Amino acid sequence: MAPPAAPRTIVEAAAALRRGDATSVGLTRAALDRIAATDDRVKAFITVTAERALEQAAAADELLARGEAASPLAGVPIALKDVLMTEGVRTTAGSKMLGDLVPPYDATAVARLRGAGAPSVGKANMDEFAMGSSTEHSAWFPTANPWDLDRVPGGSSGGSAAAVAAGQCFASLGSDTGGSIRQPAAFCGVVGMKPTYGAVSRYGLIAFASSLDQIGPFTRTVEDAALLLQAIAAPDPLDATCSPEPRPDYAAELGGGLDGLRIAAPRQFFSDGDGGMDDGVAAAVAAAVDALEANGASVDRGVEMPTVEHALPVYYVLAPSECSANLARYDGSKYGLGERRGESMWDDMEATRRRGFGPEVKRRILLGAYALSAGYYDAWYLQAQKVRTVLRREFDRVFAAADLIVAPTTPTVAFRRGEITDPYRMYLNDIYTIPANIAGLPALSLPCGEAEHGMPVGLQLIANRWREPLLFRAAHAYERVSGWNARAPELPA
Amino acid sequence: MSDAPEAEFSAEQVRHLASLARIGMTNDEVEAFRRELGDILVHIGALQAVDADGVPPTANGADLINIDAADESRPPLPREAILANAPQREGAYFRVHAVLE
Repeated sequence: MAPPAAPRTIVEAAAALRRGDATSVGLTRAALDRIAATDDRVKAFITVTAERALEQAAAADELLARGEAASPLAGVPIALKDVLMTEGVRTTAGSKMLGDLVPPYDATAVARLRGAGAPSVGKANMDEFAMGSSTEHSAWFPTANPWDLDRVPGGSSGGSAAAVAAGQCFASLGSDTGGSIRQPAAFCGVVGMKPTYGAVSRYGLIAFASSLDQIGPFTRTVEDAALLLQAIAAPDPLDATCSPEPRPDYAAELGGGLDGLRIAAPRQFFSDGDGGMDDGVAAAVAAAVDALEANGASVDRGVEMPTVEHALPVYYVLAPSECSANLARYDGSKYGLGERRGESMWDDMEATRRRGFGPEVKRRILLGAYALSAGYYDAWYLQAQKVRTVLRREFDRVFAAADLIVAPTTPTVAFRRGEITDPYRMYLNDIYTIPANIAGLPALSLPCGEAEHGMPVGLQLIANRWREPLLFRAAHAYERVSGWNARAPELPA
Repeated sequence: MSDAPEAEFSAEQVRHLASLARIGMTNDEVEAFRRELGDILVHIGALQAVDADGVPPTANGADLINIDAADESRPPLPREAILANAPQREGAYFRVHAVLE
């Protein structure tokens, strides 16, 4: 067995590159070698961009040699979820609809990483159009969990999570609409973070549900997540929902510890519900909450957030409604799949959308069309938006007396591929992650132990809007005392 | 709520939604979606019971209403790179069926 690629984190890589102990070409080649040796089993990547990555690495090495590499990401190989537009590199969103799309521009987040000098090794697999919790809904192939190849990596950003867990890159970008970064991070034993709504530009992010979608990092440590977020979060005139305010120093409060932090553990996030919480997950998360308390935080376990129990229904009205509107653009005329065998434009459109979309995407488009249609709009869509306000007020009330909320990331560990076939049961994976999306809050998942079948468990921390530095501070402190992030899957080359 | 939607979907309803969404569908698919959508609606129906009368709707999680961009021209994307993705093209145009009959 080959030794794991050292350095292991962005921070270590950045230091090694500046000491001259490593080169970007060397680190990038090691990542590509690891992909070549393991991705026939993990299948994290839809497209591997080896040649481009090595060119970008060579350029980064020149930058580093001249002492002009300002970003800690300079020269550090990363991966990108295939929902992010990459100029000249096929971008499919995991869908047959976009099987041949070669974008003419980069997403802003991609351009920022490129500008920072981070080589991209490839485009990571995902559930089609980011709709799913297992990456089994990719139109191309399912991705495996590096901890147990018969299990799913979570989703929808399953490829991005698996690639980091498998040592195929130092970090990656995903997108999170209802948990699509945090849930796979928990399943794969890595750090995954969803920023405040409006923190990261979504220009060039293929849209799913525009009031919920955010781009965020997957990393092996909390500090790395702060650094990667810093590299991508900035005002952007190309996205009208991206905040024009300057971003804080996300690493500013790292090292601040847990002393004096008031943490709420609302009962509804720990109730079994109909999610069927694994005993091992419940125990691991309870132990993590105890550890927060033992290390200086005060934990209030009596907080009530009754509307959290309605977050999943709110989500499954709002997200499908927005997706049915966003995905109307795939009409087969300007890009992507385009059937041309019908008698009319409408025939071609129906044939294109029938062949281009998979079953889960069709299910959500139909559900959204229903919730928005005449006679049902008030009862479903408008009611969901009102309950969204109720939930948001509930979060405001909790954050008036607490700095952070702690919760499990998921009710279970990663399940076996093919194990969940019922659509609604699949949706239950996201019961604890969805509330943060609905309220636009930053939230992070980090490893907090192992449970059933030795699989990783994720601890979720949620902060008030724009309080990412505090979120990183608490997560970093827990990571240090627990040490769970040091665990990595055994995946022989 | 008096206008609480029925949880049962009919095949006719699914066909109607599919036609609104311009998705071609076989009878087998209609039947599968009929069952699945009905099941999902039963599960999310609890939403109807939440008392939200008089509460204003929230459209997104941000406090942001909009941002302004400077009114400046920028270089356009290269035409050839865009047209290269067209399912069918004719010279510098996208080729589609006649829209007006």
